[in-house]
Amino acid sequence: MAGPINWLSQVISITKFGLLGIPGRIGSVAAAVCGIAGVVTVLVGVLSIGAGFRRALEVSGSPDNAVVLRSGADSEMVSGLSREDVNLISEAPGVRRDNGSPLASPELFVIINLPTRATGMDANVPMRGVEKAAFQVRDHFKIESGRALEWGKNEVIVGAGASGQFAGLHVGGKVPVGRFEWPVVGIFSAGGSTAESEIWTDARVLQAAYDRGDSYQSVQARLESPAKFQAFKDELTTNPRLNVKVVRQNDYYAEQSTAVTKLINTLGFLVALLMAFGAVFGALNTMYTSVSVRKREIATLRALGFGASAVIASVMLESLALALGGGLLGGGLAYGAFNGFHTSTMNWQSFSQVTFAFQVTPELLTQGIVWAALIGLLGGLFPALRASRVSISAALRDL
Amino acid sequence: MSNANSEILVDVDGVEMVFRRGAEEIHVLKDLHLKVPKGEFLALMGPSGSGKSTLLNLIGGLDRPTRGKVRIGGEPLEGLSDRRLADWRARHIGFVFQLYNLVPVLSAERNVELPLLLTHLTKAQRQKHVAAALNMVGLSQRARHFPRTLSGGEQQRVGIARAIVTDPTLLLCDEPTGDLDRKAGDEILDLLQALNREQGKTIIMVTHDPHASARASRTVYLNKGQLASEPLQ
Repeated sequence: MAGPINWLSQVISITKFGLLGIPGRIGSVAAAVCGIAGVVTVLVGVLSIGAGFRRALEVSGSPDNAVVLRSGADSEMVSGLSREDVNLISEAPGVRRDNGSPLASPELFVIINLPTRATGMDANVPMRGVEKAAFQVRDHFKIESGRALEWGKNEVIVGAGASGQFAGLHVGGKVPVGRFEWPVVGIFSAGGSTAESEIWTDARVLQAAYDRGDSYQSVQARLESPAKFQAFKDELTTNPRLNVKVVRQNDYYAEQSTAVTKLINTLGFLVALLMAFGAVFGALNTMYTSVSVRKREIATLRALGFGASAVIASVMLESLALALGGGLLGGGLAYGAFNGFHTSTMNWQSFSQVTFAFQVTPELLTQGIVWAALIGLLGGLFPALRASRVSISAALRDL
Repeated sequence: MSNANSEILVDVDGVEMVFRRGAEEIHVLKDLHLKVPKGEFLALMGPSGSGKSTLLNLIGGLDRPTRGKVRIGGEPLEGLSDRRLADWRARHIGFVFQLYNLVPVLSAERNVELPLLLTHLTKAQRQKHVAAALNMVGLSQRARHFPRTLSGGEQQRVGIARAIVTDPTLLLCDEPTGDLDRKAGDEILDLLQALNREQGKTIIMVTHDPHASARASRTVYLNKGQLASEPLQ
C-alpha cells in the first residue's frame, strides 16, 4: 500500500490542506512571508550595487584593447608616460591602424572636486584629457546633447552618468579647472562604461592647465585582434627604451572592480545573513502555529493511515511554498526598487567616483530565491519534526 | 488478515497501559482481557478516566500497550513498525470521533475520500466509493458542502461515511454521540446499528451514555483500568 506514488499523494494532500487553511492564520503567514521578502529584497538590492558597479567596469573593457601604464603603476592616477613613450607605443606591432594612423589614444587623467547633486558634498570627479583617437578606441561613444569637443579650446564634454550625479554638469554649465571655469558643451554616452562617469577635454589644454608639459598617464591601444596582445606586450616590455606595463583592458577594469565589489558583496551578505536569522524565526513561528492549529487534523490523518514521514515532508513543503512566495515578492520588490537606479561610488583604485546603475540580474534573483528556500526549509524542519512526533492519541484528545 | 481464530476478531490479552507523569506511574489499564467476536456491536462504558479511550486506541493501533498483546483477526499488532501499523490502520480500521475531526477546508465528499487516497484506486473508482458511502449515511445531497455549513449530526454522518468508505474490518467509535443532541444522537445510533445488523460490521463504541449503549449487542464496563460485567453502583 505504501509505495512512493502513494507517499507522494499523501504529501500533496496534507500540503494542500495546509495551504488551503492559510486564510485562517493569515497574520502569522503574512509576517513570515514579509520577513523573507525583506531578506531577499535587501540581499538582492545590496548585491545589485556590486553587480552594477562590476558591470560598469566590465563594459569599459574591450577584449581587443590594451592599456599601457608606467611600470609599477596600478592605475592611471600613479602612472606617467612621456610623448616619446607614447610614440613608441603607438608604432608597436599589433596596433590597429586607420588610414595609416595608429589607433592608440594617449590620455591624461586628473581629479577635480565637484558637489554632488544629491548632497551638495564635494566628491572626486575624474577628468580625462583625450585626443582624436580616444573616440576610435572606444565602442558605443555617442554625443547625446550639445556638441563634440573642438580641439584647442578650454571646454569639456561630460559623460551622462557624471552629468546626472554632479552639480553644474549640464550643457551650458561650468566646470572649475584650476583658476578657470570651462564651459560644458556636450553630454555623451559610452555604452554604460566608466567613461560615462568622466569629464573629457582636449589633452593638450588639460596639460597646459595642470602644468603637465607633454606628458600623459596612459595609452589605450586598439589591437588588430585579441590574439595580438602577447606580441604587443612582449614588444613593449622588452624594449629597453620603455619602462611600461601592458594589461588587457578587460583585466585592468576587472581588477579595478574587485575591491569595491568584494566590499559591497561582503556587506550585503552580512546584512542579509542577520536578517535571514530573524526570518528563520519568523518562519519557525509560522510553521509552529500552522502545526499547532492543525494538530488534531494531522493526528486524524495519521489515525486514518497517513504516514509520519509524509507529515514531515508536507510541513516542510508548506514552509517552502510560503518562503518561495516571500522570495518572489522580495525579488519583485528588489527589481522594482533598485534595477537601473543610478548612483556613484568611490573607485579606490582611481580615487574617483564611478557612476553606475544597480543591476538586478537573473543570477541575483535566483540567489535570492535560493536564500528564501533555505530559510523556508530551516524554518519548517523543527515544526515538521514536532508534528510527526506528537502522539496521535494525545493530539486527538486535544480540543 | 489471518483466518485463524476467525470467530474472535479482537483479542486483548493481558494488556497493561502505564503512563508516566514525572516520577509518577499511572496505571490506566491493568491486566485487561477482552475478546470481541466478529459482527458484534460492543459498547464500552465507564466513568471518565477509566481507560475506555485508551483501550480503544490500543485496539485501533494508535498506541502500544506497556505489556500484553492486542490481536486483530489473529494478527498481533506489537510486531508492526509505525509505518506498517499506519498501513494496517488504513486497511482495517474505521475511526469515528466525538468531535467528527473533519478537515475544515475540504467538502464532505473530499473528507470521505481521504482514506481512499491511501489506496491505489483511480479517481473514478474513489468517486464511486465516496458516493456509495455518502448515500449509505443519507448525505448524497450535501456532498459538496463544507463542514462549517453542516449540522453536528450531519458532520458526524460524514465522519461515519469516511470511516466505512474503505470497508474496514472494524469500526471504532469514540463517544460518537457525545457532542450531539438526543435526536441527532439517535440518528447516528440508528446508522451504527444498521451498519452492524445489515452489513455485519463489527463495532466497538466508547460511550458514557446508557441510552447509546442500549443499542449495542453487548456492553462491558471499565473501572480503574479493569473490566467488569456490571457498572459500579
